[in-house]
Amino acid sequence: MVSWLGFELRVALRFLREGRMQTLLIIVGVAAGVAVVAYISALISGLQGSTLTKTLGAQAHITLRSLDDAVTPARLADGTPALTETQPRVQRLRSVANWQALLPLLEQMDAIAAVSPMVSGSGLALRGEATQAIALMGVELDRYDRIVSLRSKVVSGTARLDPGEAILGRDLAADLGVRVGDRVTLQTTVGGRNVSDALRVTALVDLGVRDLNRRTVIVPLRAAQSLLGLPGGATVLDMTLKDVWTASELAAQLRQRYPYKVESWQENNAQLVSALNAQSVSTSLIRGVVMIVVVLGIASVLVVSVVQKRREIGILRAMGATRGQVLRIFLVQGAVVGALGSALGIVLAVALIWAFTHFVRGSDGLPLFSITLPLATALKVAGIATVCGVLAAIAPARRAAAMDPAQAIRI
Amino acid sequence: MSASDKLIELDNVRKSYNVGQPNEAEVLHGLDLNVRRGEFMALIGPSGSGKSTLLNIIGLLERMSVGRYLLQGEEVQALDDGGLTLRRRSTLGFVFQFHHLLPAFSAVENVTLPVLMAEGRVSSKHEQHARELLAAVGLSRAMDKRPSELSGGMQQRVAIARALVMNPALVLADEPTGNLDTASSDEVFALLRSIHAERGTSFIVVTHDPRLAARCDRTVELVDGRIARDEVAKHG
Repeated sequence: MVSWLGFELRVALRFLREGRMQTLLIIVGVAAGVAVVAYISALISGLQGSTLTKTLGAQAHITLRSLDDAVTPARLADGTPALTETQPRVQRLRSVANWQALLPLLEQMDAIAAVSPMVSGSGLALRGEATQAIALMGVELDRYDRIVSLRSKVVSGTARLDPGEAILGRDLAADLGVRVGDRVTLQTTVGGRNVSDALRVTALVDLGVRDLNRRTVIVPLRAAQSLLGLPGGATVLDMTLKDVWTASELAAQLRQRYPYKVESWQENNAQLVSALNAQSVSTSLIRGVVMIVVVLGIASVLVVSVVQKRREIGILRAMGATRGQVLRIFLVQGAVVGALGSALGIVLAVALIWAFTHFVRGSDGLPLFSITLPLATALKVAGIATVCGVLAAIAPARRAAAMDPAQAIRI
Repeated sequence: MSASDKLIELDNVRKSYNVGQPNEAEVLHGLDLNVRRGEFMALIGPSGSGKSTLLNIIGLLERMSVGRYLLQGEEVQALDDGGLTLRRRSTLGFVFQFHHLLPAFSAVENVTLPVLMAEGRVSSKHEQHARELLAAVGLSRAMDKRPSELSGGMQQRVAIARALVMNPALVLADEPTGNLDTASSDEVFALLRSIHAERGTSFIVVTHDPRLAARCDRTVELVDGRIARDEVAKHG
C-alpha cells in the first residue's frame, strides 16, 4: 500500500532542513505575521468588548415606549388634508398601553433574556438647602438588576428597594451631602401641582458615567408611579438580549408586531456602532495586508528554493517521481512553513498579550481592559496562515512540476 | 532475435529542437536501433553527435519528434507524462556523470528513494535490499554517510546502487566515469560489468573513453546524429 504523502513529506522536510537559514528566516517571518494578526484580533476584540460592556452595562439592549404624540392635520369632507402647517406637540409622559399584558409575551421570546418595566421622569431632590435636578427611575429591583446589573455597581450600602427606599447615583449623593441611611425628599410636578415623597437611601451606585451618577435616583416602581402621576403605568419596557448583536433585527420585528416605539441600542448609539464598524474594517484590512505579506514571503523563498533545487528535481523526475509528487513536495513545504510559523506566531501573540496586560495600565493603575486569545481564534488564525502557506506554494510548486527533467539534469 | 528478446526497438527516430523557429535544428536524423535483453552496449561519438539526446529519448526523459519507439514491446509515443514516468520508474535505471545524489539524504536513503516514491515508505525488506546493494558496490562502511562525505568514485557507486534498487531491465549510464580518475574509472566500470554478469541487467553506457568502449559487448558510434558504426566486439 502506498503511504499517502510519505515520499513528499520526507523530501519536503529534508529540503527545508537543507536550507536551514532560509527556512528559519521564513518561519520567523510567518510567525511575526501570525503574531501581529492574532494580537490585533485579541486587542480589538478586547477593546470592543470592553467598550460594549461599559456602554451596554448601563442601558437596555432594546427599549419599548408608547408612540410619540403627533398632530393630525385637519381634513376636508373628501379626506384631503387641510392646514398641514402644524406645530409639533409637546411629548407628555405617557404609559405604555397594556404593558402588563405585553411583558409576559416579551419574556417568552427566546432571544430576550430579561424585561424590566420602568417609570421614568424628571424631578428635584431636596435636602436641607440643597436642590438638585434628577432623573427619576421607578423599577422593580430584581428585574432591573438583570438589565443593568445594578447590584454590581453599588459602591456603598446594599441595593434594596422596599417601599420608602431609594438608590442614588454616587455624585448626586455627594452634591446633596447624603449618605446611606439618610432620607432625601423627591419632588415632582404633576398637572401643575407639586408632589413630594421622602425616601431613605439604601445604596449609592456608580453607573460608569459621571452625568448619570449626578442625576440618577432609583425608586420602587409604585413610588415613581405616584410621583409622576402615572398610577399603574410604565413609561418604558427595558429588554436585555442573549446576543446584543441581534438587537436591531429584533427591534424591527417588534415594531412590525406591536404599535409601540421600539429602539435598539445600536439606534441609540449610532456613533459608537459606526466607530466599532470602522475599527473592525481597519482591523480586517491590516490582517489582510499582513497575510498577503506572509504569502509573498513564503512564495519568494519557495521560488528561490525551486531554482536552487532544479537538479534534485530533475533527478527525482528521472528516477520516476511524477509531476504530482514534485508539486506536492513544494505544497507540503508551504504547509510546513505555514504551520510551524503559525505555532511560533501564536506563542509570540500570547507573549505580547501577557506584556500588554502586565505593563500597559490606566491612570488608576489597573489594566486598561482585559485581552485574551480564545483558542478558537488562535486555531482560526493558525489555520488561515497554514492555508496561506499552501496557497503561496502553488506557483513555485507548479513551476517545479513543469520542469523538463532532461534539461534540469544537465544543469 | 525473438520478440521477447527485444528490449528496445527504435525505428526512424528523429529529434528536432526549436521546431518552427528560425533556429530549428535536427540532432537525430532517422535512427534505427535495436537493443536486446542482457546487452552491454557502448554509445560513443564526438561531442554534439546526439548521444545524450538519444539516451534521453531511450530513457523517456525526452520525446522524439518523429519515429517509433517500442520499450519491451510497448509503443511509448502515445503515453502521457504519467505513463512515461511510471515506465521510467519500473523499467529503467539512471547513472549520470555527476552522480546526481540528493545531498540531504544519506547513501542508503539515496538508494531507497525510488522505493519511497513508488510506495510512500521504505520497508525493512527494502532497506535490507538497499544495504546489500551498497555492500555489493563496496560501500559497506559508508552506507549512512552523506554524499558530501564520500569521494567521487564512492558517490558514483551509490548512484549505481540506486539505479539497480528497483531491479530495472535496463540501466542507462551517461558518462558514468567521465568525472573520475583512471583508477576510480576502471573500478566503476568493472563494477558495471560484474553487475551485468551477475544480474543480467542490460546496460547502455555513453562514454568518450575508447578504452572503456572496447570493454563493452557492442559499440554504437553516432556521428552528426546518424549511426556511423554498430559492431559487436569479438570478446562479446
